[in-house]
Amino acid sequence: MKRVEITDKAAEIVKQLKTKHGDLIFHQSGGCCDGSAPMIFEKGDMYLDESDILLGEVEGVNFYMNQDQFEYWKHTHLTVDVTEGRGASFSLEIPLGLRFLIHSRLLTEEEASFFNPK
Amino acid sequence: MSYSKPEFKDKYFNFINGKFVPPVGGDYFENTSPIDGSVIAKYPRSQKEDVENAVDAANAAKEAWGNTPAAERAKLLNEVADIIEANLEEFAVVETCDNGKPIRETLNADIPLAVDHWRYFAACIRAEEGSATELDQNTLSMNIKEPLGVIGQIIPWNFPLLMLSWKLPPALATGNCVVLKPAEQTPSSATLLMEKIADVFPPGVLNIIHGFGPEAGKPLASSSKIDKVAFTGETTTGQLIMQYASKNLNPVTMELGGKSPNIFFNSVMDEDDAFLDKAIEGAVLFAFNKGEVCTCPSRILVQEDIYDAFMERVVARTNAIVQDNPYDVNTQVGAQASNDQYEKIQSYFKIGKEEGAKVLTGGEANKLEGDLANGFYIKPTILEGHNKMRVFQEEIFGPVVCVTKFKDEAEALEIANDTMYGLGAGVWTRDAHQLYQIPRAIKAGRVWVNCYHAYPAHAPFGGYKKSGFGRENHLMMMSHYRQTKNMLISYDKNKLGFF
Repeated sequence: MKRVEITDKAAEIVKQLKTKHGDLIFHQSGGCCDGSAPMIFEKGDMYLDESDILLGEVEGVNFYMNQDQFEYWKHTHLTVDVTEGRGASFSLEIPLGLRFLIHSRLLTEEEASFFNPK
Repeated sequence: MSYSKPEFKDKYFNFINGKFVPPVGGDYFENTSPIDGSVIAKYPRSQKEDVENAVDAANAAKEAWGNTPAAERAKLLNEVADIIEANLEEFAVVETCDNGKPIRETLNADIPLAVDHWRYFAACIRAEEGSATELDQNTLSMNIKEPLGVIGQIIPWNFPLLMLSWKLPPALATGNCVVLKPAEQTPSSATLLMEKIADVFPPGVLNIIHGFGPEAGKPLASSSKIDKVAFTGETTTGQLIMQYASKNLNPVTMELGGKSPNIFFNSVMDEDDAFLDKAIEGAVLFAFNKGEVCTCPSRILVQEDIYDAFMERVVARTNAIVQDNPYDVNTQVGAQASNDQYEKIQSYFKIGKEEGAKVLTGGEANKLEGDLANGFYIKPTILEGHNKMRVFQEEIFGPVVCVTKFKDEAEALEIANDTMYGLGAGVWTRDAHQLYQIPRAIKAGRVWVNCYHAYPAHAPFGGYKKSGFGRENHLMMMSHYRQTKNMLISYDKNKLGFF
């Protein structure tokens, strides 16, 4: 059972970026402008600690979110997708004229009891 | 009355050391207008080498600029203000074209406010003084303010010229040289400004670099040859910039967004008068600048005994919003700044509805016709729900507001402060006690009381919690761009007597 998944189109872009940059991580951003979107960085570029929750792995890339944000997200299932766009963050897909984005849905009952046991 | 798309050149350059220079690598990116998807122009896709050239130019200029009299620096800032003001309409049309915001906003808010920020800091630097304290009869402690040196500034796309005008004047007034990177979605007004003011400052004092975050923004933020970074944007990039700055032990200031509560107590409906009308407009201000504002009042909290009557009027006022061609002076809400924002907002409609939020109005894209069919228009939207829903917690950055009700003051504060952010808040009441006590109890840097969305120079603006730190738009920002040189002077002729 996976809490975060990725569309084929987005997986293709992740593969391209891995070829160019090596090992990568996703970090879900919050806040204004280009926030509320997943960002992809070279592994090691961003300092992660126990306040960053590992939600899972997509296309061999760990997907993290900060703990305080996760508290509001943990009842939802995420799918990483990609669309044409132009962000102003440091996310590595931006020079391709693309932006990753998240589609969300509620966890099913089965998923919820698996991921968030009472 | 309606304006139309302005003329642009085919491509533009960076502004480094007083000259327009092409990017070293020769690469450009295409910038488009969110109004209709049409091409504006090509802008430099700068790389590390371009950033280094700009940083070197700034370093070469910093000694002379830092020693330039405050009177002269202030004069140049005032010149910039006069030039923007003299070309106000031209700047407004370019800004509308690049960002998608309605022309009535750029004509009446963005550009006039930008002018005033330049003038405000020109005035501040003339008025402020250092300090001296006589510690004892023979010992004087003297504080002289010195510039940091070279500042890297990274600004967002929601108010391109205004954000530039929040950042540049305090840094330049205090004698720093700057390398600024505009957002890649909206490089046009910064470029127009450089064309108009190319000769105002000595070469190297002000440098503008265009390009993408990972390619140009990161080398700027991590450069060991700058002395400070100022950033407006989102939390993840904010954290990265702080990390890079920590390697150089550089100071930073951060403005990182919010999820601002706008609280309406029952006394607003005690009378059906001008104040109630103002309060209803205050709730509908979520749609200002299509919600692309860090302080967007994106959570409306209404006291339960007036909830139905109040929201009926808020919904009616929202439904009366004119969303059309941003070049038309009657248009109130324009196009979202880019396709990815447009898609993101719609993904929030989906999860909001799944979480059980009720759509009171809007809740979908607005398909306009003709030339505007390729633009990114979202209907002003009101979602009703509770504060634990994701749409209540995340910055959607669209013309989308979430509304919920509260019983009493304690519950209003509990909901208002139940957020990661603390940038802005609104409090609306006729109760004299609430006017003071509620704003004091809200954990946010700016609380608008019986008003909202005013951003005058001379009122400090900045965040609590994950909304960042630093206070812009006020003379206290100048301290974020300076060192304090303390001279401890002895006027005692006699030795200590230790050795």
